[in-house]
Amino acid sequence: MVQLILESLFNGIAIGSVLLIAALGLAIVFGLMGVINLAHGELMMLGAYSTYVTQLVFKLPALKPFYNSYVIVSLMVAFLVAAVVGILLERSIIRRLYGSPLETLLATWGVSLILQQFVRSVPLAYASGIIIALLIGLIVPLIVPHDLLSHRRNRLIKVGSLGGSVLVGLLSANWLSTSISRLGRASARNVDVTAPSWMRGGLDLWGITFPVTRLVIIVITIIAVISVTWFLKQSVWGMRIRAVTQNREMSECLGISTKKVDVLTFGIGSGLAGVAGVAVSLLGSVGPNVGGSYIVGCFMVVVLGGVGNLLGTIIASFAIGIMTDLIGAGRLLSIWPDMPSPLASTVDFFATTSMARVLVFALIVVFLQFRPSGLFPQKGRMVES
Amino acid sequence: MKKTLINRRLFPLIIWITIIASIIAAPSLLPVFRLNLLGRYLSLAIVALGIDLIWGFTGLLSLGQGIFFALGGYCAAMFLQLNSSANLPNGIPEFFGLYGIQSLPFFWEPFKSPLFTFVGIWLIPSLVAALLGFLVFRNRIKGVYFSILTQAALLVFFNFFNGQQKLINGTNGLKTDVTELFGQMVGSDSMQRMFFWITALLVVFAWFFARWIVYDRFGNILKGIRDDESRVRFTGYNTTIFKTIVFAIAGGLAGISGALYTVQSGIVSPQFMTVPFSIEMVIWVAVGGRGTLLGAILGAVMINYAKSLVSEALPASWMFIQGGLFILVVTVLPEGVLGWLQSDGPRNLLSRLGVSRPLSTYPGLEEKSHDEVRL
Repeated sequence: MVQLILESLFNGIAIGSVLLIAALGLAIVFGLMGVINLAHGELMMLGAYSTYVTQLVFKLPALKPFYNSYVIVSLMVAFLVAAVVGILLERSIIRRLYGSPLETLLATWGVSLILQQFVRSVPLAYASGIIIALLIGLIVPLIVPHDLLSHRRNRLIKVGSLGGSVLVGLLSANWLSTSISRLGRASARNVDVTAPSWMRGGLDLWGITFPVTRLVIIVITIIAVISVTWFLKQSVWGMRIRAVTQNREMSECLGISTKKVDVLTFGIGSGLAGVAGVAVSLLGSVGPNVGGSYIVGCFMVVVLGGVGNLLGTIIASFAIGIMTDLIGAGRLLSIWPDMPSPLASTVDFFATTSMARVLVFALIVVFLQFRPSGLFPQKGRMVES
Repeated sequence: MKKTLINRRLFPLIIWITIIASIIAAPSLLPVFRLNLLGRYLSLAIVALGIDLIWGFTGLLSLGQGIFFALGGYCAAMFLQLNSSANLPNGIPEFFGLYGIQSLPFFWEPFKSPLFTFVGIWLIPSLVAALLGFLVFRNRIKGVYFSILTQAALLVFFNFFNGQQKLINGTNGLKTDVTELFGQMVGSDSMQRMFFWITALLVVFAWFFARWIVYDRFGNILKGIRDDESRVRFTGYNTTIFKTIVFAIAGGLAGISGALYTVQSGIVSPQFMTVPFSIEMVIWVAVGGRGTLLGAILGAVMINYAKSLVSEALPASWMFIQGGLFILVVTVLPEGVLGWLQSDGPRNLLSRLGVSRPLSTYPGLEEKSHDEVRL
C-alpha cells in the first residue's frame, strides 16, 4: 500500500518536474514580462535538437572518452542556443509589441511556425553554424573593452567582428557537415537521443525501481529552480528585473536600463526552455513538433499557479503531474480496489493518458471558477483595463 | 474629401460585385475539383466571420473556434452516416463493427432526424460556446487568459474526440463522401455543385446577419467592450451577458461552417480541432482586416486559395510564408489589408512616396459622424 502510494508519488513528481522545467522559463517570460510566447515550445525543440547535435559531436573520436558527460555539456549548449534565439526574437519582434499581448501571441506563433519549418528544411550543421555566428556576434561587443568601441574606428571593429563571426559560423557548419554526415542533410524525420550508459536502467530502493533518466530530470529541475530563485532574489540583476516588473517607469527614472533588463529576462526565460528541451529529448524522440505538445500544458501551469509567482508554478506543476498520473494510470482503482462500481467505471473511463488530460484540464477550469487568478494571486488593488 | 468618400462607399461595393460575379461564374468556369476547393474556402469564410465578431468587434481572441467548427461537422457527419446505414448489419454505421459495438450510443439517436440535425448543427456548438463563455466571462477572465483557456479547451475536446474510438471512431473521423443524401452520393459531382451554391448563399446570409449585429446598439456595446470594458460595466451594462451572447453566435457560425466544410471535404476528424488550425483561422481575419466583415470573408478565401496554390508548387515553403504573414500582419498591418485600404493607408503611402495632397479639413470628422460602422 505504502509502496503503491510512493510509486504513484514518484511518477507524479517525474511528470510534474518535466512540466515544471518547461514552465519555468514561461513563468519568467509570461509572469514577469507579461509576454505571451507561443514559440516557447519551439525554443524547447531547439534545446532538444542541440542535445542531439552535442551527442553526435561527442561521438567523434577526439571526444569519445568524454561521451558519458555529454548530457552536462548539452545543458549549457541548449541554454545558450535557446537564449540566443530568444534574444534575437526579443530584439527583432517582441520589443515592438510590448503592451499588446494578443499581437505578441500571434507574432510568436508565426515565429514558431518558421522555426518548425526551419528545422525541417535546413540541415542541422548549417543551423548550428548560424547559431554559432549569432552567438559570437552577440558576445563580442560585450567582451571588447569599452575604450576600443568608443574609438574613432569603432565601425571598423564592428564590421570586423560581424565578418569574423559569420566566417566562424560558416567554417563550423562546414566542419560539422563533413565530419558528421548525418548533420549535413535536411530531414523532417524524428531523431533519437540515446542516453549515456549511466543513465539507463533504474535504481532499486524500497522495492521500487526508479528510472535514472527520471531522477536526472528531477535533479535538473531542482537545480534550475534553485538557481532561478537565487538569481531573482539575491543577484543585482535579479533585483533590477523585479523592480522593472513592479514599476517600469519608476525603475527607468532610477537609472535601470529597462532595455537591458528586457533582453536579459527574455534570454534567461528562453534559455530555460532550452534546458527543458534537454529533459524532453531524454524522454522520447525529437522532432519539429516536440515543443508544441507541451506549450498548452505549460500555460495552464502558469495560470493555475498564479501569474508572476514561482512558488505557485512549482506547486501547480506537481499538482498537475500527480493528478495526471493518478487518473491516467488508473491508480485510484489499485489504491482503493473495492470502489463502488459506478465510480469505478468512471475512473476506468478516464484511465488513459489523453482522457486524463481531458479531466485535468476540466478540473483546472473548475478550479479557476473559484480562484480566477490562480493559487497565489498577485496582491494589491489595480484597475483592470 | 471626395476621393476618400468614393473610397469608403464605392470600394466595398466594387468588391461585392466582384465576389458575386465570380461566385456566379465559378461553377461554369472552374473544374469540379477547383470548385469544390472554392466551396470549402467559402465555408471557412463563415467561421472567419464569427471570429471577426468576437475578436474584431468585441476584442476576445478565441483560439478554440475549432471546437465549434468540428462539433458542427460531427453533427452533419453523424446524420449522414445514420442516413445511409439502414441496410448495414444492426442498422448502425460500419465502423462500430470494428470495435464490436452492437447498439447505437445514446447520443447518436437524435441525429436520425434531419430536423434535429439542421438545428443541432448551429445550436449545439453555440450552446457549448455559451456555457464555456459564461464560465470564463463570469470570472472576468479576459485578454490573453481567455485565449489560453480557449486553447486548453480545444485540447480537451481534441483529446476526447481523438481517444473515443467506440463512440465516434476516434482519430479516424467520420467519412461523409460515401454516404447518401436524397438518394445521391454526397461525394458526387452534382451534390458538390449543390453544396457550393448552398455555401455561397449562406456566406451572404451570414454576412448580412453579422452586419445586422454590429450595426445596431448591440454592436455599439460590443465595440465598447473592446475599447474599454470597465467603462461599459460602470455605465450599467452587464458585459458578461453580451460577451456570452456574441461568443455563442460565433460558435453557431463556426458550427455551420464546419458542417459545410465537412460535406465538401468528405470527412470530419479530430484534425479539425488541432491547435494550429484554430490559430490559422485567426490569421485569416487578421490579414483580411479585423473589424471589417468583408475582410474576414476575403481573408479566409484568399489565404486558403494561396495556401493550396503554394502547397502544390512548393510544399515546404508554405509554413515560412504563413509564419511570415503572422509576423508581418501584426507588426506592419495591424488593421489588415482591407482596414488599411479603408483607413488612411493609401494616402499615407502616397505621402511617403512624395505625391501627397494637402488635407482640406481635419481628417475623418465628416464621414465618421454618420457612418460609424465600416463595412
